[in-house]
Amino acid sequence: MEGGMSSLETAMKASSSVASGTARNADPDQQTVRSNSVEQFYFPRPGQSLPGIPPFFGPPSSSLYLANDNEAKVGNQFEPNPSQSTDWDPQAIVSNLTFLEQKIKQVKDVVQSISSRENQVAGGSCELAAKQQLITADLTSIIIQLITTAGSLLPSMKNPLSSNPAVRQLSNTLGSPMGFGMNANQRPSVDSKTDIPDIGKASGYEELINSLNTTQDERDDLIKCPNPCGGEGSEPTPMEDHDVKESDDGDHEGENLPPGSYVVLQLEKEEILAPHTHFCLICGKGFKRDANLRMHMRGHGDEYKTAAALAKPTKDSGSDHAPVTRYSCPFVGCKRNKEHKKFQPLKTILCVKNHYKRSHCDKSYTCSRCNTKKFSVIADLKTHEKHCGRDKWLCSCGTTFSRKDKLFGHVALFQGHTPALPMDDVKVSEASEQQQDSEPMNEISRSMGCFPCSSSDGISNLDMKMADDARGYYSPLSFDPCFGALDDFTRPGFDISEDPFSFLPSGCSYVQQNGDN
Amino acid sequence: MAAAAAHRNNKRRRFSPAPGPTSATAPPLDSLADELLFLVLDRVAAADPRALKSFALASRACHAAESRHRRLLRPLRADLIPAALARYPSASRLDLSLCARVPDAALAAAPSGSSLRAVDLSRSWGFGAAGLAALAGACPDLADLDLSNGVHLGDAAAAEVARMRTLQRLSLSRCKPLTDMGLGCVAVGCPDLRELSLKWCLGLTDLGLHLLALKCKKLTSLDLSYTMITKESFLAIMKLPNLQVLPLVGCIGIDDDALGSLDKECSKSLQVLNMSHCQNVTDVGVSSMVKSTPNLLELDLSYCCPQVTPSMGRSLQTITKLRILKLEGCKFMADGLKAIGSSCVSIRDITDVSVAAITSSCTSLISLRMESCSHVSSGALQLIGKNCSHLEELDLTDSDLDDEGLKALAGCSNLSSLKIGICLRISDEGLTHIGKSCPKLGDIDLYRCGGISDDGVIQIAQGSPMLESINLSYCTEITDRSLMSLSKCTKLNTLEIRGCPRVSSAGLSEIAMGCRLLSKLDIKKCFEINDVGMLYLSQFSHSLRQINLSYCSVTDIGLLSLSSICGLQNMTIVHLAGITPNGLTAALMVCGGLTKVKLHEAFKSMMPPHMLKNVEARGCIFQWINKPFKVEVEPCDVWKQQSQDVLVR
Repeated sequence: MEGGMSSLETAMKASSSVASGTARNADPDQQTVRSNSVEQFYFPRPGQSLPGIPPFFGPPSSSLYLANDNEAKVGNQFEPNPSQSTDWDPQAIVSNLTFLEQKIKQVKDVVQSISSRENQVAGGSCELAAKQQLITADLTSIIIQLITTAGSLLPSMKNPLSSNPAVRQLSNTLGSPMGFGMNANQRPSVDSKTDIPDIGKASGYEELINSLNTTQDERDDLIKCPNPCGGEGSEPTPMEDHDVKESDDGDHEGENLPPGSYVVLQLEKEEILAPHTHFCLICGKGFKRDANLRMHMRGHGDEYKTAAALAKPTKDSGSDHAPVTRYSCPFVGCKRNKEHKKFQPLKTILCVKNHYKRSHCDKSYTCSRCNTKKFSVIADLKTHEKHCGRDKWLCSCGTTFSRKDKLFGHVALFQGHTPALPMDDVKVSEASEQQQDSEPMNEISRSMGCFPCSSSDGISNLDMKMADDARGYYSPLSFDPCFGALDDFTRPGFDISEDPFSFLPSGCSYVQQNGDN
Repeated sequence: MAAAAAHRNNKRRRFSPAPGPTSATAPPLDSLADELLFLVLDRVAAADPRALKSFALASRACHAAESRHRRLLRPLRADLIPAALARYPSASRLDLSLCARVPDAALAAAPSGSSLRAVDLSRSWGFGAAGLAALAGACPDLADLDLSNGVHLGDAAAAEVARMRTLQRLSLSRCKPLTDMGLGCVAVGCPDLRELSLKWCLGLTDLGLHLLALKCKKLTSLDLSYTMITKESFLAIMKLPNLQVLPLVGCIGIDDDALGSLDKECSKSLQVLNMSHCQNVTDVGVSSMVKSTPNLLELDLSYCCPQVTPSMGRSLQTITKLRILKLEGCKFMADGLKAIGSSCVSIRDITDVSVAAITSSCTSLISLRMESCSHVSSGALQLIGKNCSHLEELDLTDSDLDDEGLKALAGCSNLSSLKIGICLRISDEGLTHIGKSCPKLGDIDLYRCGGISDDGVIQIAQGSPMLESINLSYCTEITDRSLMSLSKCTKLNTLEIRGCPRVSSAGLSEIAMGCRLLSKLDIKKCFEINDVGMLYLSQFSHSLRQINLSYCSVTDIGLLSLSSICGLQNMTIVHLAGITPNGLTAALMVCGGLTKVKLHEAFKSMMPPHMLKNVEARGCIFQWINKPFKVEVEPCDVWKQQSQDVLVR
């Protein structure tokens, strides 16, 4: 990583040395492009997708890294500035070219260092990868600068940008890393190569340059239009979506943008899964949030502490002119992939991220409570954990529901399924019923318990005097209901011998009697 | 119940020389086909239920035949269930309404594979899900289960009920812990349900009822009174294809909106709808509901519509088949009543409407209840008898009815129930007309008719051999002569002679010997009745269920002899001078089937508390009365004046 950082820093120095006078315009933009490419176009900017008005000629950004802001900072770059775009400044071009020369040299050095080191040691692969990224980024920025420089020479640039399909297509190609990575042909992706031969780089670069000058047909051949609306007579995409999760991903059914009214961007898998999306241009530290980066930048010098530098980049100006941007999933065959017949674009970067993780990644987060549910998006896991274990509505088929009406809908739908009572509930209710039943019994047995012998013969349960009295009265009459009745009430008392409340003093004798009975 | 006592030697001695057809059929019993024998037994049982027991004791073959014959078992104690089921293998109905306490173990003792098809647990408590589970396992063919008043039965019990897949009739009234989960189990588990009562199941919501409507399409009768049903499930229930009877008493969730949203898809099978006490229903809702239920036969709107409007009356005309319309407690607008009156020639049951309109338009009236209509003159009451000759039930309690009115009623030869209590102007002469012309009379109420004496009662007793119930309370002129004549009414099961001081044990003994089916007896303030009467009762009135002995001259001896009637359930023993705590305790201990006993509060402290608890544990409820001792019985007119004064105040 250090090598990469150092080269980055040298690049910074070089650019800052060049960045004087008219070259100042180039500087922020170059950095913008570079940083963007470091982020691997994570937040593709309209400036890239539509460089009709070259960012070069846009008014200088308010601060160095403000341009780095990725929140669709179309702003000033998009503002057509006729005075600058129409005026052709040879001096500026010269300085640009000088800068590019230096830049190419730096990249060359880096590549050479890689190749030399590779010969010596196998080397840390991550370091290597970082360097490759850096090279890719640098190359991208160089190419873009070249194009913009060259583009400023084209007379057609003065026209409204949409009127020039060539430029638009090109811009789309550039805006989409895939388009570039594939280089519009089936050339292997730069990323996938461990070594980037200069020739390969050069050829890709030349091709791009050439593509500017070649005829329309050639361009069409070379550069596949990534936009589904590209004029191949594509049908309007039907906006049907059956996947609940997909619609979660931010595709709004009601949106129903007509195809062609928006620009489609497609990010690479690596970009989607990159943990950080904002990088410090000075030390290379990555951040998830732009605000955190701005906070971080304060440590690099007083110039980053100004109110303007710390302010949240505004997104008001020119937002009307910003083209509607939609995203495509890089997974071929996915409905969210632009190649799909019924392509349905994703609305925001966040949607892309969530969609890709949910649909095409392993579900690596497991709920620690139920140990069954797995998620690929941590937010989903957290949402689940809020409700996990609270699915108290149970169907006989084993399915649980968090809501009663959902359970009843399920039961109504499936033949033979029946609401099931949770086991503990059943036990509790049974216990309470039994307890309720046994309560008078217990009381009776307790009151009986004071007698020395509580045998199953009911009559001896009575107070002796009472029994005598009773016998006196019973004698002329029928006795049997009395015995029966006492039998009746003593027996249930034994039924509940396992009752926790059987604290009868003569508990053991009860057990015995139970056996006797 | 017979089985329990069968082994007692003394009883066998008593019944073995039983005369009559039983001994005659014994020798050729084997040659007699079971069907014929059962017909004989049916007739014998209809005359005197005790006769079957004597028959069974006659011989081994008779015993076997009687065992095969009996279909209904009504044991007095739950612990007799196994023995009874073993003795009567072909019994299909088990009525446990006499067993106040039925523990789980008793239900579990039922032998598996029994042929029981109906079990009534509506008046029992003490069992839970475990007992029902055992019952479900033992009786695979159970089709009728009554669990009413199971206030402790919840979802667990319902889940066990759901295992009885052949269940067709189920009552879960007042199972208050029941929730949608339990009902859901039942709805899925018992798809053949035809009749279901969920009255007072307050734990139910629309979710469960909706599921019920989805799963149990065969329901013909569904009682949802006093439930929390709302529009949500009401619409689904009204679409049940076979539903005929739907009581919705006191459903506050049913309102005009719910009734208004019934559409044409609503089931056409509904015949009986009871929406009384549905506070939120008005004439608007009724008018819109009537359109979608064209086949209604009975409609009860008592206390639900604040007022009957002409438009509602007109909409009721569209139900051409309507036979019974109850509008109790509804304020009538004059035109509305006219609309009903002109349309409902077939209406047979009306309450609280003006007499003239009824008598002129409803000549086929069968039942008329006009309690406490003090504004109706005696002349108008005569109109009833003249015009409505088809009357079967008439309630003119507390009215100006006189002998002329009774004479007019003589035309109603189908009269079976006549309630003319607190009609002070009637005398023996009027009763003579009734006695001569109403042979079908089964129930007569002469409460506080001070003007009548023995002669009138004798006329009734002679003219109405089918008499089952008579109330002569506070008819102070009544003597033993009346009771002697009433003892010829062998079907008499209810006798109320409260406050007849001239009645004695002699008359009561005649009743006991003649009316073997007597089950309810009220002899409060019959001061002349003593232990002798009780001895006769204990000897002959084995069907006695309920007795009120307050203020009698009965002592411990009479009480203890009375307590040998094993079916006795309900006793009121207040202000008896001859009763001691010991005697009372002994009697209570002997009576195993008691469910309710009213005693004077003074006894509470005098009886051993553990004995009281013992009796309570068997399922008996004590009610402690603390009323002052008051011997004298005021004349009826004085009493009426006093009660009216109380009302005015």
